Amino acid sequence: MTKRIDQPTGTETVGHEWDGIEELNTPLPRWWLWTFYATIAFAAVYVVLYPAWPMIDKATAGTLGWSSRGDLAKEMSAADMARQSVFEKIAATDIEKLPGSPELMQAAVSGGAAAFKVNCVQCHGAGAAGYQQFGYPNLNDDDWIWGGTLTEIEYTLTHGIRWQNADDTRVNYMPAFAGVLDAGQTAAVASHVLSLSGKAKGNPAGAQLFAENCAACHGPAGAGMPAMGAPALNDAIWLYGGSEAAVRKQILAPRHGVMPAWKDRLDPVTIKMLAAYVHSRGGGQQAAPAQPDTSPTPATTGAVAQTAEKAKTDG
Amino acid sequence: MADPKDLARPQPQAGQPRDWSGALRSVTDAAPAGPASAATVEDAGFMGSALYEKGKTVHNKRIDGPFRRFKWLVMLVTLAIYYITPWIRWDRGPYAPDQAVLIDLANRRFYMFDIEIWPHEFYFVAGMLIMAGIGLFIVTSAVGRAWCGYACPQTVWTDVFQHVDRFFDGDRNARARLDKAPWTASKTARRLAKWTVYLAIAFWTGGAWIMYFADAPTLTVDFWTGNAAPVAYATVAILTGTTFWLGGFMREQVCVYMCPWPRIQTAMLDEKSLIVTYKDWRGEQRGSLKKAAKNPDQYGDCIDCNMCVAVCPTGVDIREGQQIGCITCGLCIDACDKVMAEVGRPRGLIDYATLDQCKAEAAGAPPKPAWKALLRPRIFLYFGVWGAIGAGLLFALGTRTHTDLTVSPDRNPPYMLLKDGSVRNAYTLRLRNMEARPREMEVAMVGLPRGAVMWTDAVSVENAAPVQVIAVPANETKIVRAYVMLPPGTDEDESEHFAFRLTSLDEQGEQDIAETTFAMPEDDE
Repeated sequence: MTKRIDQPTGTETVGHEWDGIEELNTPLPRWWLWTFYATIAFAAVYVVLYPAWPMIDKATAGTLGWSSRGDLAKEMSAADMARQSVFEKIAATDIEKLPGSPELMQAAVSGGAAAFKVNCVQCHGAGAAGYQQFGYPNLNDDDWIWGGTLTEIEYTLTHGIRWQNADDTRVNYMPAFAGVLDAGQTAAVASHVLSLSGKAKGNPAGAQLFAENCAACHGPAGAGMPAMGAPALNDAIWLYGGSEAAVRKQILAPRHGVMPAWKDRLDPVTIKMLAAYVHSRGGGQQAAPAQPDTSPTPATTGAVAQTAEKAKTDG
Repeated sequence: MADPKDLARPQPQAGQPRDWSGALRSVTDAAPAGPASAATVEDAGFMGSALYEKGKTVHNKRIDGPFRRFKWLVMLVTLAIYYITPWIRWDRGPYAPDQAVLIDLANRRFYMFDIEIWPHEFYFVAGMLIMAGIGLFIVTSAVGRAWCGYACPQTVWTDVFQHVDRFFDGDRNARARLDKAPWTASKTARRLAKWTVYLAIAFWTGGAWIMYFADAPTLTVDFWTGNAAPVAYATVAILTGTTFWLGGFMREQVCVYMCPWPRIQTAMLDEKSLIVTYKDWRGEQRGSLKKAAKNPDQYGDCIDCNMCVAVCPTGVDIREGQQIGCITCGLCIDACDKVMAEVGRPRGLIDYATLDQCKAEAAGAPPKPAWKALLRPRIFLYFGVWGAIGAGLLFALGTRTHTDLTVSPDRNPPYMLLKDGSVRNAYTLRLRNMEARPREMEVAMVGLPRGAVMWTDAVSVENAAPVQVIAVPANETKIVRAYVMLPPGTDEDESEHFAFRLTSLDEQGEQDIAETTFAMPEDDE
């Protein structure tokens, strides 16, 4: 290895030569070298403190005991702690009074939206619009079979509908009229039912049959009876379809939807928040006794005030 | 001596390509030709190979001259802009901050005197960045690395710290002596004092930075009372550290080893760019005045006094030609002109000149004033592009409205059938009021059939109407959930596309229109 000065550049060579090609020696500045040493030292310390060395089934744990799962658990519990006070407030507030407190209502709607995505979308859909082909009701509209106030929605959520394991579940069964009404009578009743919402011409025979067999639950004008879960028949919304064939089918062999009672799986605060969310979807009804006047102050921010306003007035 | 005919004399290689032979001589002098001695190599590193290069501290000598004074001026102006700008107040009324230049990250607003930029107008910032980039192209192709030499923060702060060195330790020779001196009490005291001043400058630098991101007087009080955000303290700590380290100790190493800009500039310089050059055809052969007096025919104008090297803030020898370490600050021009004046030779042995001009002068052409190098198509072209972007931005700034509407329809569910057979669609409206005062705005629907009504969460369905008036707070985007309802029996074909029209209900009467669609149920019965 002979080192020499390369004349054109005035730089020393490193002394290697391959087929006449030589390498110039342009060394690093010393501080750079020290930077390399510093990174090596850092790595040595890091390997001891943190998980680093891949072994057969898992990596070395590191003396600090740090793990990304541990980090996640910490963050989750910190978030839980941060929410705790709001949860307590929601738990302590009567559900009909929630809209009176815009911040709480906003928190409840947000929490309900999150819980909805986990527990409810399987049947009611991500947009809470239900699936008519399966008989899962739409929660955005203004038609409520079992009532659309906050209290009623909360009750439905808590106890479910036709849920065998819950004592207080909402339950009703429409009798099957197959064998009771013949084909002609069924067609007449279906025709009358459709006429209630203006979809067919009136049918006196059907009206007579309706008054005898149906009006007890659905009401003489077909307005329904939310207290016992009898759907309104005089509107544009049909859970199992509004065609003549679908109505006939429902008269002869009614379908009965089932919804679980969520009290066994969710805590009361989550159920309350879910009720608030469903109520806020645009069709929530107001409880019969007048709410105390809680017009939002101009100082409250828009979204919160709107939520309160909506809950108060929609429906 | 000053006769130009004499100057042209010592140039045996006139008309030939420039080969920087003068530059190489210094290296070959230091290490004589032939195999370097083993001792020299081992000195340079360990294990017989030069793994690293020992850092050499640059102790630049004080110099005065036009370029030094220009450097003072630029330093004064840039530092003044940096430190003072956040403290300038600017009245924007009660709903907007009164700081002239403020990057309000929390509220996503950028204020610059009379201009306020919202996040959706970020193209203004992008345009200014493009202008800054093309501005650098102009400057580089016109006057070489002038940015590096005068205005770059690294240069400015290095200059500041070098003056601190001079204040505490004296000029070049005294500083070099003190570096080598043993660590006596007096040296320790001096070093501690100097580093304290370094730290104070560095801290002030970091402290000034955060003032751009919050109300400066409030933040100052918060900072010293411990109430500022942790990120403020962290930012100050990081910037103090980097300023202390990069300005106090790394200095020219940043330009030579870390900065990508000198490499990029290399690609933008050509033989028509002004750079700092040593006119070797005039200077070589170098020799002291004594040697030159004995053999006047053999020696050029360079008296090899090394003043150009001594004053250089990055420690390069400009006589070796263009190099990455040369930031073209012109201090060597000041130094050389001074020496030339003292020995009675014409100025400009080291000077701003283009390589073309150097070649022409070497061949005997008369010197041309440097400013003539600026008149060339490339610079006009760059300037034209730069000016066009600037004019475009100004035009956009002048014609933008302060009222803006965006609409996003609910997609799940797309429509909602109600009990009475009417159909409801929901939309999220974003109403932007970019004025620093609250305004009433009217939202209307254009292109929907008669009977279409609208309400929002704030006004209930009973108050549904074709037009709603919404109060939008000053300087804010108001997000409104709006419901639009078509009565039963509407022919759906004509109601597919429509638009929301936003009108500000003030003397400005600004309007914005946002198109969207109204979804109807498919007719399945």
